[in-house]
Amino acid sequence: MKVAEPDFRYHTLVVTVENKSGVLARVAGLFAQRGFNIESLAVAPTDDDRFSRLTIVVDVESAPLDQVVKQLDKLVNVVEIRELHPGSAVERELMIVTVDAEPDRRDELVEHLDRAGGKVLSVGVDRMMLSLVGLPKRIDEFEDLLRPFGIVELQRTGRVALAALDEDA
Amino acid sequence: MTTKPMDGGQALIRALENEGVDLLFGLPGGAILPVYDPLIDSSIRHVLVRHEQGAGHMASGYAHATGRPGVAMVTSGPAATNIVTALCDAHLDSVPLVCITGQVPYAAIGTDAFQECDTTGITMSVTKHNFLVTEAQDIPRIVKEAFHIATTGRPGPVLVDIPKDIVDPNNPRSAMEWSDDVEMDLPGYNPTTGVDPAGIAAAADLIRAAERPVLYVGGGILKSRACEVLRQFAEMTGIHVVTTLMARGAFPDSHELCLGMPGMHGNFTAVTAMQEADLLVALGARFDDRVTGRLDGFAPDAKIIHVDIDGAELGKVRRPDVAIQGDCRLAVEELVADFSANGTGDADRSAWRSRISGWQERFPLFYEPWEPGQALKPQYVIERLRDLTPDDTIVASGVGQHQMWASQYWNFDHPYTWINSGGLGTMGYAIPAAIGAKAGMPDRMVWAVDGDGCFQMTAQELVTATVEGFPIKVALLNNSYLGMVRQWQEMFYDERFSEVFLSKDVPDYKMWAQSMGCEAMRVDDPDEIDDAITRANEIDDRPVVIDFRIMAEEKVYPMVPSGATNSDLVVPPSQTDLPR
Repeated sequence: MKVAEPDFRYHTLVVTVENKSGVLARVAGLFAQRGFNIESLAVAPTDDDRFSRLTIVVDVESAPLDQVVKQLDKLVNVVEIRELHPGSAVERELMIVTVDAEPDRRDELVEHLDRAGGKVLSVGVDRMMLSLVGLPKRIDEFEDLLRPFGIVELQRTGRVALAALDEDA
Repeated sequence: MTTKPMDGGQALIRALENEGVDLLFGLPGGAILPVYDPLIDSSIRHVLVRHEQGAGHMASGYAHATGRPGVAMVTSGPAATNIVTALCDAHLDSVPLVCITGQVPYAAIGTDAFQECDTTGITMSVTKHNFLVTEAQDIPRIVKEAFHIATTGRPGPVLVDIPKDIVDPNNPRSAMEWSDDVEMDLPGYNPTTGVDPAGIAAAADLIRAAERPVLYVGGGILKSRACEVLRQFAEMTGIHVVTTLMARGAFPDSHELCLGMPGMHGNFTAVTAMQEADLLVALGARFDDRVTGRLDGFAPDAKIIHVDIDGAELGKVRRPDVAIQGDCRLAVEELVADFSANGTGDADRSAWRSRISGWQERFPLFYEPWEPGQALKPQYVIERLRDLTPDDTIVASGVGQHQMWASQYWNFDHPYTWINSGGLGTMGYAIPAAIGAKAGMPDRMVWAVDGDGCFQMTAQELVTATVEGFPIKVALLNNSYLGMVRQWQEMFYDERFSEVFLSKDVPDYKMWAQSMGCEAMRVDDPDEIDDAITRANEIDDRPVVIDFRIMAEEKVYPMVPSGATNSDLVVPPSQTDLPR
């Protein structure tokens, strides 16, 4: 697989941790203690209930990625760390958003939504709740598109990621 | 597999016994009470401290002196917070400790119960790892894991927090089945041990080619028990050695290749040789700011070989040209093997050797001789102590000027004879650490070199020493000041002394020491120094404190001012005009 060495500010780490109480505090505490910045963080159980998976987007301007990885690796409850190069990762993020949607603007809104591949989750008198799954950059763009309508509430999950499949996988 | 019904408290003590624990430093209280009952029937000796911080530092002194993990046990809440300093101290100096803390019953956690605190939360960043045990059945496994983590890889403190209900035989939650076969479950803990052969070969090539190499030896050499092979390597290559504050004694001071201590108060030759080197071989050292001075001016021409068992140290401060993650002893053994097989190379180091010997001649450690009417010279007190005590005396020190003078003027020819707080710089470390060392090495003479500021922080542990029968000796270098702070105010704050004067006469250290069961002396006259030390050396049935009244104006030289590069080392006034 051809992976250019990208000089991106944000790197994604997929960290498998033991599913024990306090583990998230250890990871968050380490970042705080060492002055590493987290851009986004998503936590969820894996298919193996002994482990959870954190997807951490790290700001490598705050500290060299190498230090972040090595310090994380020293946490006893951290089982595995995979660094995903932006070019070789499949990344997704989920956004749920409630927007102002007077009846006369709904068609326009739904058109945007369809083009982006989003879904209508709920429709109120003058508001709509939408969802979109996609690359974080696409979510950013869609968020910008919605802003003129009036965003009432918005929640993003932070990105989750896995390594892309090799061609022969 | 046979099992035996037990309660959690019994299981905890049994698990500690199985780990080979012979000494436990601690102080009981409410939440840990049930564990103190089965302790009565145990082979483990408990040392009852007077403050929990003392228990932690004693465990640390024990570990430094013996190489075995030190163990402390205290109760919940304030006891746990009191031992935090000692945990942080051990964390920064990579000392293997296991600390057991009591906790309120599991069901009461989170209710702000009496003497409850979030011990695992508070100690997360000052331990290598910590555990909150929730089930009695888990106690043997977690104790085993705690000792494994504390003593393998880069050593460090591990805390085990134990709720009262799972060790209290009156509570059904304490019931468990003891089994001798306990498997650890640490899927995320796999410390590196071996070393990469390619790294060794690359390092060996750099070393062979270097014309101005220095072996920069840190505490990792002591932790990995690598002193013998280090000496073999230094001698076969003829490369000079500096030993950091954490590594004093790892290479004999009296060896012709030893340059002594580098760093902020290192001797001129050690500091300058590192600064002028074309290759630094860092062995279990971490480029601490007290060693490097201003980083962008540190050893500007040196290539770096960095060996450390903690991969996160490699490149943390200074980018290495060759990084080797692994055990220092294995790495040095492999280097020795490489040099045996491939020769030592033909780099010409004669000019370098002559520069080094020139520095050694022009810039020895120096202090102005005593003049009548002056208080004692602290350096002279250390020199006399050094010369009048056995060669293998263990020296523990507090933090400040006395620590630097002890490190500079002692002659460390044996490993594991120097015990101090390097990373955290914990005032008050000396007395409890000396007690821990004496407890672990009862046949050795143990001296604490302490300052009067430090002494007042942990002196109460001399009661522990008397009552528990640890006849340590304390050389109190008393200048009535927080001396190191005074030195900085004199040199860098225009002699504006702010809150550094303690008191000339209060406390009366002699009376205080006597009240704690110690033999006590006060020395004001240089002619009395030898007699006092000789007398102290003869006393072996109780601790001894000698109150040496030293000059307040005396400063530690050389000194790299904070923020300066090591090239701007300040030497004693008498050496200022000498050519460097």
